[in-house]
Amino acid sequence: MQQFPCPYCGLRNETEFHFAAESGKTRPDTNTPIDDKHWSDYLYQNYNPKGTSKEVWMHLACREVFLMTRDTVNMDVLEVQALRGEHHD
Amino acid sequence: MYTYVHNKQEADPMTLPYSAWQIAKQSLTNHKNWTPAWRTKQPKKHYDVIVIGAGGHGLATAYYLATQHNIKHVAVLEKNWLGGGNTGRNTTAIRSNYFYPESVALYDLSVRLYENLSAELNYNVMFSQRGMLVMAHSEAEMEMASRMTNAMQINGTDAELWGRKKTAKRIPVLNYSDTARYPIHGGVWQSRAGTGRHDAVAWGYARAADKAGVDIIQNCEVTDFIVEGGRCQGVNTQLGEIRGEQTAMVVAGHSSPLASLAGFSLPLHSYALQAFVTEPIKPVLDTVVFSPSYGTYVSQSDKGGLVFGGALDRVPSYGQKGNLPMQEQVITGLIEMMPIAQRAKLLRHWAGIVDVTPDSSPLIGGTPLPGLALNCGWGTGGFKAIPAGGFLTAHYLAKGGHHEISKPFDLSRFERGELIDEGAASGIAH
Repeated sequence: MQQFPCPYCGLRNETEFHFAAESGKTRPDTNTPIDDKHWSDYLYQNYNPKGTSKEVWMHLACREVFLMTRDTVNMDVLEVQALRGEHHD
Repeated sequence: MYTYVHNKQEADPMTLPYSAWQIAKQSLTNHKNWTPAWRTKQPKKHYDVIVIGAGGHGLATAYYLATQHNIKHVAVLEKNWLGGGNTGRNTTAIRSNYFYPESVALYDLSVRLYENLSAELNYNVMFSQRGMLVMAHSEAEMEMASRMTNAMQINGTDAELWGRKKTAKRIPVLNYSDTARYPIHGGVWQSRAGTGRHDAVAWGYARAADKAGVDIIQNCEVTDFIVEGGRCQGVNTQLGEIRGEQTAMVVAGHSSPLASLAGFSLPLHSYALQAFVTEPIKPVLDTVVFSPSYGTYVSQSDKGGLVFGGALDRVPSYGQKGNLPMQEQVITGLIEMMPIAQRAKLLRHWAGIVDVTPDSSPLIGGTPLPGLALNCGWGTGGFKAIPAGGFLTAHYLAKGGHHEISKPFDLSRFERGELIDEGAASGIAH
């Protein structure tokens, strides 16, 4: 079983983690009208890269959300980054 | 519901028809004079249609372009070897037990085409309509099974609701203990479902497409798209530039990397899907069984191996190997639903990369780049859909628009909000 590093709990079994989304998406401002294309792009489109991928994950045990950069071919974890207290676009 | 042109196979000195007579004739010369099933071609400079990907769907697309639409100037480009991706990695189940009318229309077209495929291709794809049961494990699940059966019947395909007694009589090898983790109450039976020989489907379409004049070019990876005047005009490959009036990408799990070369993204995530086969054992199971609760489905191959699989790995991946947590889930599921399997040794285990859409339904049709069409997003169920996927993609390319059956599966459904959410509706592994 692969182990992923939680920025708060350290190395834990992969089954404790939930893949949430690719990082880098910004929710459109819903105070102004949004056209269907931009809204569906936000909801559904992915780069789904082969190779390095920066993703949002949750550690289900501590419920913290964080960023993990992985290689999607050999499954190496390249970097993890906590989100708490920081501002990300 | 669909029109179909029946073609007589033309004689070609390169490809010998397969028959009892040929076997007898070739035996006189110790089988040394059989010709290759398809020719090895060098790419021409220009084609009417370039199909990227020589898996089942790509080869079927080329075959139907040539035979249904008389478009014979077609190239199928394959970066590895023909049928070496998911077409050769699946667990060979063929079925149309879906919930929504759009899905049943699509997958039942595929089952109907499969029913005549061996004769049409002059190649035995070994489609065995041994039936498939989706099990229900509680009274509540029996009510959902009843709803599913009704939906399938209303949508025009065969379905029966089976209770425990009938299930136990027909499939005695399962675990009918009252103390089983998931006691068997019954399930939804589809008698026309079954299994096929996956490699034979790729080889049969390749042979028939080649015979119809299609160029199949292996070891030819697409490195870029040629875009001129805002339109796709062909591709650059390892073997140089190849131009095409139209291009179709039919590359299963690797659609997103190819789409990024063409300058757009798709609503897809790629995951590994694992499959397993045990050592051969005596016949114990003559149908396909799936339990959504155990998360395992199983059939027995003609050689005797139990062929089984389950859900997708939980981590998005392009590595063609599976991870251990899912292996544990699938294998424990098999052992609990069919306890005699616990002493069987695992012979092989492998994984393929499938691309999954947000609604677990495929993508067929145009892309944001004019001149480039796509066929992808089949998730865990691409093999059963090969004839329909090829038939409908060929129709889209030849007619410049959708067949009635593929229309709901256009990429634009996400913008319109008209999702066909089979992942939620039919509870089938996706």
